[in-house]
Amino acid sequence: MAGTRGRYLAMLCLLPFALFFLVFQIAPLGWVAINSVQAEGGWSLDNFSKVFASKFYLQALQRSLEISFWSSLFGIIIATLGAYSLRQVDSKLRDFVSAFANMTSNFAGVPLAFAFIILLGFNGALTLLLKQIGLLEDFSIYSKTGLILVYTYFQIPLGVLLLYPAFDALREDWRESAALLGASHWQFWRHIGLPVLTPALLGTFVILLANALGAYATVYALTTGNFNVLPIRIAALVAGDISLDPNLASALAMVLVGLMTLVTVVHQWLLKRSYHAR
Amino acid sequence: MRAESRPGGWYHRAMVYLLFLILLLPLAGTLLYSLSTSWSASLLPSGLTFKWYVALWSEPRFLAAFGQSLLVCVGALLLSVVLILPLLFVVHYHFPRLDALMNILILLPFAVPPVVSSVGLLQLYGSGPMAMVGTPWILIGCYFTVALPFMYRAITNNLQAINLRDLMDAAQLLGASTWQAAFLVVLPNLRKGLMVALLLSFSFLFGEFVFANLLVGTRYETLQVYLNNMRNSSGHFNSALVISYFAFVLVLTWVANRLNKDKP
Repeated sequence: MAGTRGRYLAMLCLLPFALFFLVFQIAPLGWVAINSVQAEGGWSLDNFSKVFASKFYLQALQRSLEISFWSSLFGIIIATLGAYSLRQVDSKLRDFVSAFANMTSNFAGVPLAFAFIILLGFNGALTLLLKQIGLLEDFSIYSKTGLILVYTYFQIPLGVLLLYPAFDALREDWRESAALLGASHWQFWRHIGLPVLTPALLGTFVILLANALGAYATVYALTTGNFNVLPIRIAALVAGDISLDPNLASALAMVLVGLMTLVTVVHQWLLKRSYHAR
Repeated sequence: MRAESRPGGWYHRAMVYLLFLILLLPLAGTLLYSLSTSWSASLLPSGLTFKWYVALWSEPRFLAAFGQSLLVCVGALLLSVVLILPLLFVVHYHFPRLDALMNILILLPFAVPPVVSSVGLLQLYGSGPMAMVGTPWILIGCYFTVALPFMYRAITNNLQAINLRDLMDAAQLLGASTWQAAFLVVLPNLRKGLMVALLLSFSFLFGEFVFANLLVGTRYETLQVYLNNMRNSSGHFNSALVISYFAFVLVLTWVANRLNKDKP
């Protein structure tokens, strides 16, 4: 290879990628970051003070966090129980169910919302059925509870996918040794199992949080944009038909990016601390 | 098997079946709804029919949206391959230290949700010299960023598995130029891993809604946007649409799974 010439050629190969990444990823983010601190032609934090002084936007933030938190919590509980049991059953059943979980991880957004509307909407087949036998009083899929239910559904496959490999850290002979030394089932989990798994569990939990915080399609399709969460507010300020305010949208977007960055940093940190990284 | 001889075996089987049931329920319900003549307030639908599928697959607007989705996704994946393969090759062969920087850069599409990017994209490319909003081109560019983290990681794993440096050195020792070694030796070795990464990327790009709805909408309707716009039509028709979409994605992920398993 012709030394420096080869290196220059190699650098040249990076250019197209850099260009596209700049145009479609960096520039839009840069525009949002700059315009979030622009108001009436100058630099100012007005947009942010508007966001944090408004009950409406604070409600959106609060609901976003609530739905994300609860759906991630329920999601990770079901995923942990499921992933652990998946490792203990025979390979035929395991392969089938994990492949199925893999596939359902693509069942999110608009199609998922529609499936839930069809089954659990106002005139959904299941709603009418459950009402008839008196199991359902005033549940609505379009409410906060309903959204948590739908979000939990799309968190489960992702949680299973992420947690499944984490159980590698838990070696089977540890359980046998613990039992041999007289530890009960509960003691094993309390002192060995859970501590070993904690970084992976927390790491998966923050990924699920991020997944729910940024989700727009599901809630938009489910409530035609009428439910007040952060992504819905941002989109309404740039693509709605009532009041457009790209600068305010940028400030809201930066709040969301701030939350996501926090989550990503925490996740990277946990990843480094996780048991199998050592 | 070892698992079944253990006393707790039935518990784990029950949990796995329960997990399967939870994941299956919305899909099974939608499938049944799409096949029923009418279904309200009874345990089972009153009759079965294929008429919703016939109606769907003879609807020109649906077929157009399906085709447009295919075009946008295939275009985005072609672009991704053309941009990411040389990048990965150069990073791993010439500048291994860039990998650390790339690992940070590819977190961006993850930390910046599409709804945030859309705010900037709408303003930057809504008008002016780079006006792209409302055309499929902007979607192709955005989908490249969506697929990037996954493609980068997947192909990196493959490159590490084939020992890029040894392979290149061996090829060059035998008289191949850098280009020949890259195209004739490395690329064929990556083929299967690349196929799996492409199929899986396709399956999640095909379900992308946020960019498609905010940046383009009905001006170049993709399948997801069409589905959303059909919200007021018959629930049975919509179910047939959801099931058709999911069946398509199912086949893709199934093929990817099979390829992945056969991988040497």
